[in-house]
Order: sequence, then structure tokens, then C-alpha cells
Amino acid sequence: MAKIRGAVIIDQQRCKGCDLCVVACPTDVLQLQPKEVNDRGYHFAYTANPDACIGCASCAMVCPDACFTVYKITTE
Amino acid sequence: MTSEDIIKNGSVVYSRPRLLNERNTHYCPGCSHGVVHRILAELLDEMGLEDKAIGVAPVGCAVFAYNYIDVDWIEAAHGRAPAVATAANRLNPENVVFTYQGDGDLAAIGTAETIHAANRGENIVMIFINNAIYGMTGGQMAPTTLLGQKTATSPYGRRADINGFPIKMSDILAQLDGTCYVTRQAVHTPAAVRKAKKALRTAFENAIAKRGTSVVEFVSTCNSGWKLSPAKANEWMAANMFEKYPLGDLKSI
Repeated sequence: MAKIRGAVIIDQQRCKGCDLCVVACPTDVLQLQPKEVNDRGYHFAYTANPDACIGCASCAMVCPDACFTVYKITTE
Repeated sequence: MTSEDIIKNGSVVYSRPRLLNERNTHYCPGCSHGVVHRILAELLDEMGLEDKAIGVAPVGCAVFAYNYIDVDWIEAAHGRAPAVATAANRLNPENVVFTYQGDGDLAAIGTAETIHAANRGENIVMIFINNAIYGMTGGQMAPTTLLGQKTATSPYGRRADINGFPIKMSDILAQLDGTCYVTRQAVHTPAAVRKAKKALRTAFENAIAKRGTSVVEFVSTCNSGWKLSPAKANEWMAANMFEKYPLGDLKSI
């Protein structure tokens, strides 16, 4: 059966750590960095569980700072 | 298959809109303005309006909107965006003119300009960000603040006997014969964002076809002003704001 896999690239310097993508993700791929911060002092989002990504772009839809690039592939 | 393989071989589902500048926005983390800016930039690019669109920026948090979206902008005095947009549209009828205003701009100081521009049926799009508070100046009570809502100037909650009632601008504008499309949207979930973008597209199509004034209200959050986290602010909005400001089309002809 064809399986859909996805991947996201996050612009971590642009991210403001608002947490909206973490809430919007249906497969719990994203998390905020618990300790690390970017140059502007925000706990940026990262892919804690990248294998679960289905490329639905829900994170990109709710991101106020357009930090996401979303890729998708269909595998056999 | 690793993420690197998917990025190398897969198709791009979403990328940063071309018309958004590289500049970081000055908005607070999780602000609805960012989402609306993003869908506006996507839409202007998709509709090929890069060279034709003229935006009119308000006074309020979105005062620097011209810094972020790469189309032509005019900065208007507080509340006067519809008046400036009227002039821009009448002198350049081949251009597509839109205003981008908050509730302090559109519903308070600019009420007269807004109502009369809509009543004249100017072929403009009014984008109205309703977050029920004055965000930029420090969270004071706005005309759209809900009854009982605590703000910097109504610390015990808004009271009808002292402060009056929240104003439903879109409902007022929908009554006018000059408006062709009035809708109320939100950007708190991925589905709502997609729907809001569709509504915004209809509004711009109306402006291009010169059908009259289109108003797109976005019920938005101001997590700094409301003193909530962005995710909690979205929940609060869904639980409280939608009762007073129900989503959907108010007028579509």
C-alpha cells in the first residue's frame, strides 16, 4: 500500500517559539527546544519525531512567521 | 527513508511565500497578524497582483505592514485607511486597493471613514483584524472588547452600564448597500486558515470585478494583551469570541 511520508525544514532563527505548530501537528512531530534558544532568545521548534511526519502542512498553515518548508513523498 | 531523502526526492507542499520579505516581523510570538500577513502574501502572489495591489496600512500593531509584504503600500493616519484607499482606487482604477486595519483603527477612530467608504461602494477590500483589544498601546479596552473582558482600562471587566456594548462592525457594514461581500473568519486552526484564505480570495476577486466593497473580518488573538499563551489565547477565542462574533459569510452577492 502506498504510504505518504513527509518532512519539514524549520527556519529556526526566524521561529519565535509560539508553540502553535506543536499544538496543530496531528502526529506530534514537533516540540519546542526545552533549553536551547536561537539568536533572538526564543525556544525554537524542532522535529522531535521526524518519522511520524505525514507532510500535511498543518504546522505551516498556523505558523505566524512562515518558518516552515514542507515536503511530501508517496512510497510503495 | 530519512527526512533528507524526502526533502531531496519529495515534492514541496508548502514554502515561505515569495512576497514576504526576509525581515522578521515585530509581532509578538503567536500573533494572528503574522498568519494573516502570510495568507495575504500567498494570495497576492497566486492571483498575480504583485504589481497591481496597493495596500493601505493602519495605525496599530500592523503599522509596519509595509515592511513585510512586498507590494506597494501607503501609510494612512489613524482610522483613515478607507479614505486613503478611496483616493488610491479612484485615481488608479486598474489597481487593486486593500486596507489592513485593526479594531482600534476600523471600529473606533475610523468608524465614519469605514462606514462611508463602504456605503459609497468603493471597490476596495477591507481586511479587519478584530482582537477585541488595543494591542500596540498596551492592551486597553477597544470598542469590540467583550462584556466582562479584563483589559488595562477595564481591570474589573467591561461593564455595559459604564463602557457600553461591544460593536459588531461587520454586521453594521453588511447592512449597507455598497458592500458586496462581508465575511467573518478566524485563523486559529489549519482548516480555518484555509477557509480564511478562500474568503480573502473572493474579496479580491470582487475588487477586481468592481462589485463594491468587500470586508473580511478576522477574529484574532492578542495573546500579550489577553495575558495568555498563544495556544491558550486561541482556545479562549474559540470559547468566548465566537459567541459574540460568529464565523461565516454575513453577506455575499
